[in-house]
Amino acid sequence: MPAIEELTDAYERYVLRNEEGFMDEFRERLREFGGRPTPLQHAERLSERYDTEVYLKREDLLHGGAHKLNNALGQVLLAKYMDKERIVAETGAGQHGTATAMAAAHLDMPCEVYMGETDINRQRPNVFRMRLNGADVTPVTAGRGTLKEAINETMRDWATTVENTHYVLGSVVGPHPFPVMVRDFQAVISEEARRQVREQTGELPDSVLACAGGGSNTMGAFAAFLDDEDVSLHAVEAGGSSLAVDEERGVAPNSASLSTGNEGVLHGARTRLLQDDDGQILESHSVSAGLDYAGVGPELAHLVESGRVRAVNVDDDAALAAFHRLSSTEGIIPALESAHALAYLERVAGPSSPATEGSSGEPRDEAHDDLGDIVIVNVSGRGDKDLETVIEETDRREIPEAPEMDVFTEGL
Amino acid sequence: MDAIEAAFADGPAFVPYLAAGDPDYDASLEYVAALARGGADVIELGLPFSEPVAEGPTIQAAVNRSLDAGMTPDRFFAFVEELDVDVPLVCMTYYNLIYRYGGEDAERPRAFVERAAAAGIEGFVVPDLPAEEADPLREACDEFGCDLVFIVAPTTQGERLDRIMARVSGYVYVQARLGVTGAKADVSTQTGQSLDRLAEWGVPKAVGFGISSGEQAGEVVAAGADGVIVGSALVDIVAEGHEAGDDAATVAERLETKARELKEGAVAGAQRTPRPERT
Repeated sequence: MPAIEELTDAYERYVLRNEEGFMDEFRERLREFGGRPTPLQHAERLSERYDTEVYLKREDLLHGGAHKLNNALGQVLLAKYMDKERIVAETGAGQHGTATAMAAAHLDMPCEVYMGETDINRQRPNVFRMRLNGADVTPVTAGRGTLKEAINETMRDWATTVENTHYVLGSVVGPHPFPVMVRDFQAVISEEARRQVREQTGELPDSVLACAGGGSNTMGAFAAFLDDEDVSLHAVEAGGSSLAVDEERGVAPNSASLSTGNEGVLHGARTRLLQDDDGQILESHSVSAGLDYAGVGPELAHLVESGRVRAVNVDDDAALAAFHRLSSTEGIIPALESAHALAYLERVAGPSSPATEGSSGEPRDEAHDDLGDIVIVNVSGRGDKDLETVIEETDRREIPEAPEMDVFTEGL
Repeated sequence: MDAIEAAFADGPAFVPYLAAGDPDYDASLEYVAALARGGADVIELGLPFSEPVAEGPTIQAAVNRSLDAGMTPDRFFAFVEELDVDVPLVCMTYYNLIYRYGGEDAERPRAFVERAAAAGIEGFVVPDLPAEEADPLREACDEFGCDLVFIVAPTTQGERLDRIMARVSGYVYVQARLGVTGAKADVSTQTGQSLDRLAEWGVPKAVGFGISSGEQAGEVVAAGADGVIVGSALVDIVAEGHEAGDDAATVAERLETKARELKEGAVAGAQRTPRPERT
């Protein structure tokens, strides 16, 4: 793909060497348009509950309601510097599509977003937002109609239009330079958090927790801490409904490629994948559309293999419970993606749920000790987009933390 | 290696593609045989992958039909062994299937190439494998006497072109236009320019992406191609027959007729523009 060479060249010039003041303009726009820096908030009730100081990195307060703007704005701006005339993007939960549509409108670029049909149906508010920002939303019907298929279709578009089009890939996946470039744009999360936690506590955190689908908020939350070897880093994957593969249907009812996948090659990267014995990619599942992907960023996979990052996972029920818990105790409605990171906190440090519950068991004390006294949880996005899913899914499960759902479902 | 080279030696080569096992194993055996009868010089056999990112809607659907009918790498090799055609066969697939073959402990990608060569495969086209990452596969191909075909897009240039040139054998797949596979009404004007850029390469140039008629095959050859690659126009015949519920023999006959049209078109194109002898 020749586009890759052109993009690598642009990445090295503008992002790494700040030619023409690209990074200065990027940071300025993140402040003015994006609302950075986002707060690092001390969460009082959670701190009490877990007997540890919990700090929430509030990426939900970034413009658009998710960390996705960091990368989308960076890439659309880069496309401008590259004299591209059109933007394409894929989206799962719609957060990346929304961020890209906003950035494209802000920088006056036409934008087309590919989105799986399943995801269109479960993330309608974001579809509306993308359209309001002037983007075309193109449904993808192949496969299960989720992120993997949307990426395939966007790659096909890009292969056809590469001369005038830039593909704003939404996570730290795909061919080089996407994984490192997206990480660099997202690293602002941990750069800020590292500074903020020192200002507020005088110390570095003992651990950082972030959810991991493709891994963009994960890498963003970890990047500035990678050299701080005393800071333990936890990537929390979507354990879905089960970690076991449904052989008959050829489906992995989870998105835990770090925890359960094997090494393989997909979308131009060698990484860990959910695949069958032949190497066919499995359909993944998560209650959270944003984590619903069969692969994961290659750098994150490498960090897990080398032992620097610990990969853990929680299931759909635990994520829903954490969603309700944060909403009712702290007044923050988190994205279902971020709820996975919060659910891990509950599993290892919660007052009532032993650590052996859920998907990957560890003795509770050990895991709790491992978290330490200062914990940062990346709240990667806000949950407005997920309300329909949450109401529906909560209604058909038993989630003790949740309020009665009747009031919502009566009118449905 | 010699078989593919030989196929390009006598005038323009006709290189059809079908997804192996589309719409099912037995019918597909008949269809591939029909292409050989219709004048195929080399046949590209698709080994279906779940994420066919280089393919347009026609071949995506073919891949899905084949997968739904139970195609796997091992069945593909059985398919190749069962085929009774006297034409070199090239396996077109995506790298993960090659990489994963033989399981966790296999020597990759050697295990796949060894098995494929034993089944009778003479070469490989792997659209998602960049030349930069191709050395292990290239080495395995050398070990087992197979060719490794690369696709060159109209926009491929500079060092990337050199890297491909250093690793390609059999033939180079010249993409007639940007994008994904699919039959098109016109043949891109980019073809001539693309061929010019590869004029010095020591392998035959086969042009594909969008060719669907004998006339177009002729145009491409007249523009300087050593061969034409046709996929979607043939897969369409399979798909239409499948949807209409036609029996395999009838569909095979249509494929043979279409193959003959494409082969004859290519030959006619060569007559329109006499080719300089290749050294």
